[in-house]
Amino acid sequence: MTDTIAEAEPLSYEEALERFDPVLGFEVHVELNTVTKMFSSAPNAFGDDPNTNVNPVCLGLPGTLPVVNGTAVESAIRLGLALNCRIAESCRFARKQYFYPDTPKNWQTSQYDEPIAYDGYLDVELDDGEIFRVEIERAHMEEDAGKLTHAGTSGRIQGADYSLVDYNRSGVPLIEIVTKPIVGAGERAPEIARAYVSAVRDIVKGLDISDARMERGNVRCDANVSLMPKGSTEFGTRSETKNVNSMRAVEHAVTYEIRRHAGVLSSGGSIVQETRHWQETSRTTTSGRPKSDADDYRYFPEPDLVPVVTTQDWIERLRAELPEPPAERRRRLRETWGYADKEFRDVVAADLLDEIEETVEKGASPAVARKWWMGEISRLANARDLDPAALGVAPATIIELNSLIEAGRINDKIARQVLEFHVDGEGSPEAIVEARGLEVVSDDGALSAAVEKAMEENPDVVEKVKGGKLKAIGALIGPVMKETKGQADAGKVREIVLEKLGIEG
Amino acid sequence: MSDISRADVEHLAKLAHISMTEHELEKMAGELAVIVDSVKTVADAVSSAAVSGDVPATSHPLPLTNVFREDVVGEVFTAEQSLSNAPDAEDGRFKVPAILDEESEQGPALRGPAAGEGSER
Repeated sequence: MTDTIAEAEPLSYEEALERFDPVLGFEVHVELNTVTKMFSSAPNAFGDDPNTNVNPVCLGLPGTLPVVNGTAVESAIRLGLALNCRIAESCRFARKQYFYPDTPKNWQTSQYDEPIAYDGYLDVELDDGEIFRVEIERAHMEEDAGKLTHAGTSGRIQGADYSLVDYNRSGVPLIEIVTKPIVGAGERAPEIARAYVSAVRDIVKGLDISDARMERGNVRCDANVSLMPKGSTEFGTRSETKNVNSMRAVEHAVTYEIRRHAGVLSSGGSIVQETRHWQETSRTTTSGRPKSDADDYRYFPEPDLVPVVTTQDWIERLRAELPEPPAERRRRLRETWGYADKEFRDVVAADLLDEIEETVEKGASPAVARKWWMGEISRLANARDLDPAALGVAPATIIELNSLIEAGRINDKIARQVLEFHVDGEGSPEAIVEARGLEVVSDDGALSAAVEKAMEENPDVVEKVKGGKLKAIGALIGPVMKETKGQADAGKVREIVLEKLGIEG
Repeated sequence: MSDISRADVEHLAKLAHISMTEHELEKMAGELAVIVDSVKTVADAVSSAAVSGDVPATSHPLPLTNVFREDVVGEVFTAEQSLSNAPDAEDGRFKVPAILDEESEQGPALRGPAAGEGSER
């Protein structure tokens, strides 16, 4: 047997794209946010003590029987509809059998030949607004596995002395979404990959069927990549990069795999069909397990669960309840709010559409809502390592703060402080302003005295202003603010200074 | 006679984690062939004139569908209860031997959905 080349220096991305056309495929696992697990009444919760959200079914104890979570089935149908899929009139579960300690009954209950949803598509919006259609092959229901921790000097599976298993995640409902091969992506393949995963995340979030937090593994992506020589229509051998669990990682992993495949193929080698592991630090993939006849899962229909049969009425009721598709909603909001492109992109990236929409609905102007959510609320949240929404700032609070500013009772700077006091539990903005005596000093007497003091202490500035350099007034505002504990109105200070010097503003 | 080879049996035994001797492999290959032939009677019936039309395979003989559960939490174990039958435990978790692939030189068997194992296509 002659040795074939399976490794070579990756080509540059540009060179790879000159010679080859990439073909992509994705398997995205979505963890549902149901209250209980897929086949048992144990809680579906994250972050609890190990092995406390389990019952005999999750542990695969002998004699236990699964019962399907009806809410999870509805979530699967709703997701199928949102992905423009056909919903199976009848479908069943199947056992996928393998021995691994994260799956205590030695099979994963999944769907095989009869997925609940199939033949759909998702229109994915790219950075420049162009739409790319990704065809969906199927979406099927299954269950998650337990969590393994590898103990030993390395902390990794290689060289581990033993492993520890927590079955809290065992049986958590999953929906796996499988695309058809994606051709025609060309040089935009990595961007399409990111946009696709992002669109799936938006959809499950919009449907409120998953917490959709990628860092917690609520949405997990396996990315398949293969290359065809330019002009060819025959698919090459694919690699499957497992668990690329952030949008950025998906983009980088696809880029790297295209370069790696191109390197191997250009040196006359051939791609090994295998799983690859994404390495975040080096932004490369490493070889995992080769696909072999060991991947013989001996699927057969799950005898302990009866088929799921859908009716037209049921499907149409769920279809009627679907929320507005995320991409359409974004277009509508961008138009209604009138933000600049970059402003809107930033809001989307900060994940604050819901908050701003609610604030606008309650009566704030889009500009005011954006200013507070993207500004001070985000800053405060960031400093406390929280999501902005978790600070608990109600739209009414923002509207109240804004009307205090508009009435000239507090300035922007004080308003930001009031917000922080509010977040710390001191009550409504109005109450805080009163209790802390933060109202802008509009009493001309007090303000006038403060301005006079500042002018006496800064004669050089006063000379400049007299000489016509009106901008120099700025240097007086600081001391006045200090004197009035920040409660002076800058415009007013300017007025008083000019008045005192007898200069026409 | 159906063709169930010794290699087929060996492959199945390996997948099912059943250890079998040379003798058992040979013997089982012959016996399985007989069993498969018996089941084949069904195929003959379908193709005969007695049963016409498309007869789908029956996976569930009971006329039952859509048996669902409300999404409501039921009883759960404490960690102590969960681990009470475990041969070994540590930090509230089941302790299992280091996991290596059967063909250990190929490295770990990263299987299952946790490792993101996708569906067969």
